[in-house]
Amino acid sequence: MPYLFNTPEQQQEMLQAIGVDSLEALFSTIPQELRLDRPLNIPPALTEMELQAHVSKLAAENVGPGSRVCMLGGGAYDHFIPAAVDEIARRGEFYTAYTPYQAEASQGSLQTFFEFQSLICQLTGMDVSNASLYEGGTCVSEAAFMAMRVTNRHDRVVLLGSLHPEYRQVVETYLKHLNCEVVVVPCVDGSVDPADVDAAMDDQTACLVIQHPNFFGTLEEAEQLTEIAHKYGALSVVSYDPISLGILKRPGDYGADIAIAEGQSLGTPLQFGGPYLGLFSCSEKFVRRMPGRLIGQTVDRNGKRCYVLNLQAREQHIRRDKATSNICSNQGLIAIRAAVYLALLGKQGIREVAELCCQKAHYAAEQLSQIEGIELLFPERAFFKEFVLSCSEGADFLLRKARQAGFDLGPELSRFEGTDGSSADQTGVLVAITEQRTREEIDRLVTALKA
Amino acid sequence: MRNQLATESLFALSQPGRRGAELPEADVPVKPLNELLPAAALATEPTGLPEVTEPDIIRHFVNLSTLNMCVDTHFYPLGSCTMKYNPKRHERLASLPGIVDLHPYQNPSDLQGMLALLYETQEMLAEISGLPAVSLQPAAGAQGEFTALLTAKAYFEDRGEKRTKVLFPNSAHGTNPASAAIAGFDCVQLASSKGGLVDLEDLKANLDDQTAVFMVTNPNTLGLFEKDIKQIANMVHEVGGLVYIDGANMNAILGFTRPGDFGGDMMHYNVHKTFTGPHGAGGPGSGPIAVRDFLADFLPGPVIKRNDNAGENEDQYTLENPPKSIGRVRTFYGNIGIVVRGYCYLRTLGAKGLKAVSENAVLNANYLKAILKDVLPVPNGDLCMHEFVASASKIKSENGITAMDIAKRLLDFGFHAPTVYFPLVVPEAIMVEPTETESKETLDAFAKSIRTILQEDPEFLHLAPHSTEISRPDEVVAARHPILQCCEPQ
Repeated sequence: MPYLFNTPEQQQEMLQAIGVDSLEALFSTIPQELRLDRPLNIPPALTEMELQAHVSKLAAENVGPGSRVCMLGGGAYDHFIPAAVDEIARRGEFYTAYTPYQAEASQGSLQTFFEFQSLICQLTGMDVSNASLYEGGTCVSEAAFMAMRVTNRHDRVVLLGSLHPEYRQVVETYLKHLNCEVVVVPCVDGSVDPADVDAAMDDQTACLVIQHPNFFGTLEEAEQLTEIAHKYGALSVVSYDPISLGILKRPGDYGADIAIAEGQSLGTPLQFGGPYLGLFSCSEKFVRRMPGRLIGQTVDRNGKRCYVLNLQAREQHIRRDKATSNICSNQGLIAIRAAVYLALLGKQGIREVAELCCQKAHYAAEQLSQIEGIELLFPERAFFKEFVLSCSEGADFLLRKARQAGFDLGPELSRFEGTDGSSADQTGVLVAITEQRTREEIDRLVTALKA
Repeated sequence: MRNQLATESLFALSQPGRRGAELPEADVPVKPLNELLPAAALATEPTGLPEVTEPDIIRHFVNLSTLNMCVDTHFYPLGSCTMKYNPKRHERLASLPGIVDLHPYQNPSDLQGMLALLYETQEMLAEISGLPAVSLQPAAGAQGEFTALLTAKAYFEDRGEKRTKVLFPNSAHGTNPASAAIAGFDCVQLASSKGGLVDLEDLKANLDDQTAVFMVTNPNTLGLFEKDIKQIANMVHEVGGLVYIDGANMNAILGFTRPGDFGGDMMHYNVHKTFTGPHGAGGPGSGPIAVRDFLADFLPGPVIKRNDNAGENEDQYTLENPPKSIGRVRTFYGNIGIVVRGYCYLRTLGAKGLKAVSENAVLNANYLKAILKDVLPVPNGDLCMHEFVASASKIKSENGITAMDIAKRLLDFGFHAPTVYFPLVVPEAIMVEPTETESKETLDAFAKSIRTILQEDPEFLHLAPHSTEISRPDEVVAARHPILQCCEPQ
């Protein structure tokens, strides 16, 4: 047993000190009739060597981006991860530490999260950031909860129909039991008409949730939509792509009240959808109603600068059923990855990554849409790094042909019930182009699809 | 000695023009950005991210990391948190190509190895809990609680019942009432008995046809097995309610007894506690839930199914939504990277190993309790499970030494502090959980340090710790004038 230390002799000494005569006797408080009277039926133990062989075999049964070029998007992206990110995240001092409740023993984590908060504020132009939430989808729900508390409006939230369909599903799961109506403004031709949003808002709406760039990769009128939200006294919640802020206006620049995002793009591998990183920042006036952990700067008893978990009175371990959220963790290690990533890229790097994504995505869209039978589903819409192709022979045909040539595209829009509000085009396939994709790969895909 | 630059913020280290990463030139024809995107959408100024080199960054974060205590460097007896050793093999295996680089929207036919691993994990978690249906989706224990409560709610609604109340003992984790509240339930807190268990009279008095769920941690947060759990479950079931087991303390009972066998209808696991996913300085965790068969149809989707009759062109493993699913509780499938670590742990130990884990966890806790009881009495119970809650109230009344003083001073002796002031039902609580991965030698050294501390000058202890990077931060100032980032908003 590789993880157990005490020898049989030591166990005997310890039992003696306790005053019982067997290990079994330690469990005497479990009534006999509740005991499991057989061994657990799980597979036999493996040594490290056997386990490695077994998991490697399972891994090899997956066809991953190692064997195919990844042009998959929809909220998870194949961005480059510099080696220094893994190097820091693999330090046992970070990944085997606990939540930094004992500040004296945790200044490393605390300062890192404090800097993470600072980096997110700089990236988004928002006043305050928490130390992260679970992931992008649950961030929308937490933002809606917060907006309901701030506005004291508990009956209605409005979402753009171009919000990631899984985010919308999460919000619906979270809110339907509170009898809060979730109104979805239809998305027409790849983005939402501000006039439709205006018509959907009223003075009982807690917030308007905007995704920009949206699920289809296209830009929304985020600034105008924020003004509409404010006109009705609702909060403007903007879900952004963190990489896009290298070139796009930041949520803080146009007055968003809450900015949320999936932070996986910032140095975290795809790992089949999680763990990811929920980024959550807001205007300073709402800080005491914010969900999640906050790290604050203070001084110790000798006047030395230091960091602590701050404003804990909002949290579940103090406020119980009156807490701002039931969340009791942050995505500590993933937040550390994002902090290292953002520091490495810096002011220039984040702009260059964003530009590369944008330029390459436009090149790919232009080339792919020239193929007979393939066109852009929303040719009039400006997009950042993702776009939707439609194929006259159907989405399946396009996906299969691409796979045969060694490319993964998608997801196909038909995967999501009710996506795209009105048209729900069954031929739509999302394509994401990150800075990692090369012209050679794009040209090779074009050639294969032409054949 | 560390020089001061080491802990300067990244922003203080920033110099215009420095770089930590370089990007390749675009290999496609480049167009002016304002031809690709509307000018109104474009930023007019760059972000305020710092400009630092890669060596600056490495030195900065490596230096910061050394300011942490962690399981790899220290004994971390943090009660209720289960800070046991994190096996290194997990990190390697979770990083294998074909595991770490899978996109959630790949075609399931290309993911059969991953889906097999996850399916097998579902099966093992079902067996360990005695509850047949599992969802891996919840991102953490608290989200598992919330998910299970929504599952219960959907079940009642399906039966045409509207039940409004969730009950829990006053020793419960704060997440229990918080989860119940956001799931739209009214929270009812029950008293504990003198022995630190659920007070059956108070439970009985509060049970009625409005009771949806009774949430209980077993072993409870005092480290005691709720010996009447079967009777408790029967009482809850008699009024038509469901029993939820907070699985935070599963470390103590693996292979000995199962929530499904002692009356639980639903539970969550904390993969990062029981199955050694590392805590990551606060996360990510993973909080799969297991439920009885009659609740399976309501679980959040998708769950992984196995088709044993799959033909040649069919997938053996598929992702499916349960027919009456509550919907999604997060994007994609769960914190899969952590689930993979849990899988590796379960496959390393097997049935015998899991039972040995609980034996040693309980042995270590009882041993430490026994060798400390003359100085740190434990008010509740003769035998504990994997943790115990001592009280420093006698010491405090005699010479003014508080639980916090002991905790802070332990840092000087090279031990992480135990959990203090939780659960709330014990005055001056010191909650110790040694876990099974500590040796007798470590436990002896820890006990010796506590004895030494209790002999020290109380005034000296009030100022502890004395050897750490900082000493006792001013939390009042921090809360009154929050400084939450190191630079002014732009």
